Amino acid sequence: MAAVHGDAHGHGHDDHHPSGIMRWVTTTNHKDIGTMYLWFSFTMFLVGGFLAMGIRAELFQPGIQILEPELFNQFTTLHGLIMVFGAIMPAFVGFANWQVPMMIGAPDMAFARMNNWSFWLLPVAATLLVSSFFVPGGAAAGGWTFYPPLSVQGGLGVDLMIFSVHILGASSIMGSINIITTILNMRAPGMTLMKMPMFVWTWLITAYLLVLVMPVLAGTVTMLLTDRHFGTSFFNAAGGGDPVLFQHVFWFFGHPEVYIMILPAFGIVSEIIPTFSRKPLFGYSSMVYATASIAILSCVVWAHHMFTAGMPTVGQLFFMYATMLIAVPTGVKVFNWTATMWQGSMTFETPMLFAIGFIFLFVIGGFSGVICAIVPIDIQVQDTYYVIAHFHYVLVSGALFALFAGVYYWIPKWSGRMYNETLGKWHFWLSMFFFNLTFFVQHFLGLAGMPRRIPDYNLQFADFNMVSSIGAFGFGLTQLLFLYIMISCIRSGEKAPQKPWDGATTLEWTHLPSPAPYHSFEKPPVVN
Amino acid sequence: MRSKSVVALTGVFALALYSSMAVGSKYNLPEPQSVIAKDIYDQHIMLMWICLAIFIAVFGVMFYSVLKHRKSLGYKAANFHHSTIVEIIWTVIPIAILVVMALPATKTVIAMKDTSSPDMTIKATGYQWMWGYDYLQGEGEGISFFSKLSTPKAQVENKETKGKDYLLEVDNRVVVPVGKKVRIILTANDVIHAWWVPALGIKQDAVPGFIRDTWFTADKPGIYRGQCAELCGKDHGFMPIVVEVMEADEYTKWVSAQSTTAVKTSMHVENK
Repeated sequence: MAAVHGDAHGHGHDDHHPSGIMRWVTTTNHKDIGTMYLWFSFTMFLVGGFLAMGIRAELFQPGIQILEPELFNQFTTLHGLIMVFGAIMPAFVGFANWQVPMMIGAPDMAFARMNNWSFWLLPVAATLLVSSFFVPGGAAAGGWTFYPPLSVQGGLGVDLMIFSVHILGASSIMGSINIITTILNMRAPGMTLMKMPMFVWTWLITAYLLVLVMPVLAGTVTMLLTDRHFGTSFFNAAGGGDPVLFQHVFWFFGHPEVYIMILPAFGIVSEIIPTFSRKPLFGYSSMVYATASIAILSCVVWAHHMFTAGMPTVGQLFFMYATMLIAVPTGVKVFNWTATMWQGSMTFETPMLFAIGFIFLFVIGGFSGVICAIVPIDIQVQDTYYVIAHFHYVLVSGALFALFAGVYYWIPKWSGRMYNETLGKWHFWLSMFFFNLTFFVQHFLGLAGMPRRIPDYNLQFADFNMVSSIGAFGFGLTQLLFLYIMISCIRSGEKAPQKPWDGATTLEWTHLPSPAPYHSFEKPPVVN
Repeated sequence: MRSKSVVALTGVFALALYSSMAVGSKYNLPEPQSVIAKDIYDQHIMLMWICLAIFIAVFGVMFYSVLKHRKSLGYKAANFHHSTIVEIIWTVIPIAILVVMALPATKTVIAMKDTSSPDMTIKATGYQWMWGYDYLQGEGEGISFFSKLSTPKAQVENKETKGKDYLLEVDNRVVVPVGKKVRIILTANDVIHAWWVPALGIKQDAVPGFIRDTWFTADKPGIYRGQCAELCGKDHGFMPIVVEVMEADEYTKWVSAQSTTAVKTSMHVENK
């Protein structure tokens, strides 16, 4: 496929870098930065997970036992913010850092120093966010969507959250510009856009979405900040503003954000399914077009989060139709994955299990998404546990499962060692079981009338809440198994061959040894 | 082989048991008590069937493939990678299905937004953390009261046994006559709240400084319970909504009883 020899001999001649902590502080190497992104996001995943355990512990039984209502609201708010901005998004950026240069045959990211800066902003932002629990008044408690006027009422915790979101936004924008520039300018000779691996395509489109909407979020939180402290009335009716304006601007960011968290997941799954089916991806170009249409549609559906906020009939109908349309390109993707598996020669290592689990559960989340898109039904399920179930099916069994799949898939290349396959399968099946135990019942809770974000509930909701909490504790513990698998893989796993997956076709497997050398593709490969 | 089928059977039974817990019990949408709620209920059921059919079709194919097209069975991979015809077909069919879903939904949206010519109008105001009601027009005009959670604090703190309507009971219920079109006008005093009564099929945000409206016509007398559905701070989980639907003559009696006490109630709250 290509003619390159340059890097096939392990350690490059200029493999020098500072050692110890300074290696990580000063690094401009995409692999080091990718590693830091991944460890950071896993740490935040544990913090956010701890908050989730608190929430489920309080909801284990009716009555107030562990968290007072105000603290409960802080837990739900920070759980959402940390998982979205601290865990899922940085994890995908970590994947982009590791994989994009290797998959397009580039030596590093385009802006290597900026790459360092966009990572090191994250721990600062995370510190602001987590430390807000300890300031007077506690952390922000208005939900991860922090609607005013409620978020105008909060204390110092809300300001810390606003600054944290600013910093995270700056980090994301820099990261995205870096990814766009790298992909557009640094592809190996012969790799035209329509020859790029699907993961690279999805990240290219995601990065454009990020550049489009992160400034909008920054604007929103700035308006909130000035409303709180500098006497403006953007969101205050008494001063001529409108609280619903916030919701429009927030969701103009927020809905594309949902796709920012799922498109790279599609990309990872689109790499894994063909590899383990030993068959090329079905409908490559329709996959690219579907990804692009999802991204474009995602910018014109935001008000479906606001069907109960009060909107003219025409507005409700427009946003309902536009939202339903997203099911078409999403369906195309699912059909393409199925057709890729069809008549393949499949094996079911852990990455493949997580990828199939992803498709299976993501489709359930997609169905409940269509149901939520139907305005009359959404009137019933809006702000209930049904919606909680819906977006956890999309974000946990969607984005998170794809991340797990990707880690198992690429860890041999990253670390040069294999993970324990038996434990990996245990991790998958336990995650699968406990995830569904936690979230499937929440559909019923929502239909039966349990609102979200409440610390206590009527007795009719008691049994399913207990089931859900047990599931959540199981799911949380299972993720410690993942940590163990990864640590033992990195420390003492079996040596990985250059290409442990015989169906893999992308450059990092065909051209680079395992582990990938510190500097790879200093001379670009040629892709035919 | 035998042990495998036993495992499979157990799985199917567990799944059936699990779903029977939900179907036809309090774990579906509540029994609809208005035209709109009935429409919503029916459309939800219809969508569930459509989704189930698609689910079985797609995963039937996928799991057939997973079972048969395995390397361990010696299956050799084919090498096809696109088919324009197939791709067009599976783009067009979903669009057709979506149109089928959208048609009844569109009718319902237009119906639920039609708040014109009501028999009576009630203003609901969200407060942190209770509801205020003003009967603005129709029989009972002028009635005004606040409606607060009546569950004792001791039950929340687990010092007393929780009752059947735990957290879903209030001191003053919203009372309306059966079969009359009731328009609810909503606003809020501090932050955004949402007025939700599942059995009547309405949920509408109450936005401070603005007016929103919605409507319902209750089919039969009864007590219908709901909760605030928009996070409104500390006691968001503790501001229920209870609507009591009465026969016309009982409602008239209730109105005449109120006209004497209503003034006192609102005075009492303002003085507090």
